[in-house]
Amino acid sequence: MQASIPSIVGQMIVFAIFVWFTMKFVWPPITKALDERRARIVDGLAAAEKGQKALIEASSRGDETLKAARTQAQDIVAAANKQATQMVEQARADAESEKARIVAAGHSEVVREVTQAKDALRKQVGELAVAGASKILKREINAGAHAELIAELAAKV
Amino acid sequence: MSAESGAAKTPAEYVSHHLMHLTSNHDAGFVSMTNWHIDTLVFSTVLGLIFLTLFRIAAVRVTSGVPGKLQNFVEVIIEFVDNSVKDSFKGDRSFVAPFALTIFCWVFLWNCMDLVPVDLLPLFSEHVLGLEHLRVVPSADMSATFALSLSVFFFIFWYSFKSKGVVGFAKEFLTHPFGAKLLPFNIILNTVEYLAKPLSLALRLFGNLYAGELIFILIALLPWWAQVIPGMGWMIFHILVVTLQAFIFMTLTIVYLSMANENHDAEHH
Repeated sequence: MQASIPSIVGQMIVFAIFVWFTMKFVWPPITKALDERRARIVDGLAAAEKGQKALIEASSRGDETLKAARTQAQDIVAAANKQATQMVEQARADAESEKARIVAAGHSEVVREVTQAKDALRKQVGELAVAGASKILKREINAGAHAELIAELAAKV
Repeated sequence: MSAESGAAKTPAEYVSHHLMHLTSNHDAGFVSMTNWHIDTLVFSTVLGLIFLTLFRIAAVRVTSGVPGKLQNFVEVIIEFVDNSVKDSFKGDRSFVAPFALTIFCWVFLWNCMDLVPVDLLPLFSEHVLGLEHLRVVPSADMSATFALSLSVFFFIFWYSFKSKGVVGFAKEFLTHPFGAKLLPFNIILNTVEYLAKPLSLALRLFGNLYAGELIFILIALLPWWAQVIPGMGWMIFHILVVTLQAFIFMTLTIVYLSMANENHDAEHH
């Protein structure tokens, strides 16, 4: 057991060099990396929180958009239904008026033909009356001289 | 092993042979002014270089991303030391923390040499290198432990002067804790207090490891079949001592430097 002064001094010098080396080349880079990592973790956690918030926001915005789209779709369907009903009504009305027009046209045709037939009948009746009368009267009545009278008769029938 | 080397020696010779340093001369005084403890210097320097190389490699490859295994290991130690310093030392840690780290790792490696089988390296050096004596545990040599504690002692003054100024330090040394009227008692008490720091630091570490080494030597004197149980028990206990003593040395260094760095005058104003 011995305390050696030169060894103590030598050891102290070695120790001083070791401490200097640690202080200069070991401690700073590693603590710097530790601090950097700490900062990165802090940033990462903040970013994660921000992302989560954005996700919630986006999903609520998505819900809103979906709701709006649904309402719009309902509106469109309702409008389309209304338009369809309108179109059917319109068509029905058109058809109704067309029917009335056709019926009216048919009716007036019938009336016209009846009138024509009546006219033709009246004429024939007149002619038959004239023919009958002329046969009865024979010579006494000149068809030429009494044509005016016959026509008047025919118009009256 | 003991049977081989102990064959020609009495137990007393075996023990004292083991407790002799590899020295530069044959000065056997308790305090030697000329005798170099070559074994202590070589082993402590090599161990220190192992520590620095390992940590330097980690520092060169360091990344703030996902750390590798070595970096992880180094980071754990550095954060542990940094937190220990942060807890008590108020102020700039850029010197104190690396200082504490160096002490912790270096002392730890010194102490670890106590776990190497006690005869292994001395036998190798005796029979292969032809060196008569070899002691492989630097912390079982007062020269090594005092070198550390005197360095700490120096920095205690350094921080005291820095925080209080030379005049402030002298004033505190002369008037604390009993006041100016009891100046001689203050001087005595403060002298004892200041001297106790390096002495207790160095002797605590030295005593623990010297005793540990001695017990290993004594166990090695037993017959081989009786060595296993006590050897293993002491070894397991020593794993605790190795770590604990390194930790105590570091912690006390931090505490002493924190105390030195505190400005008592500033607190009173």
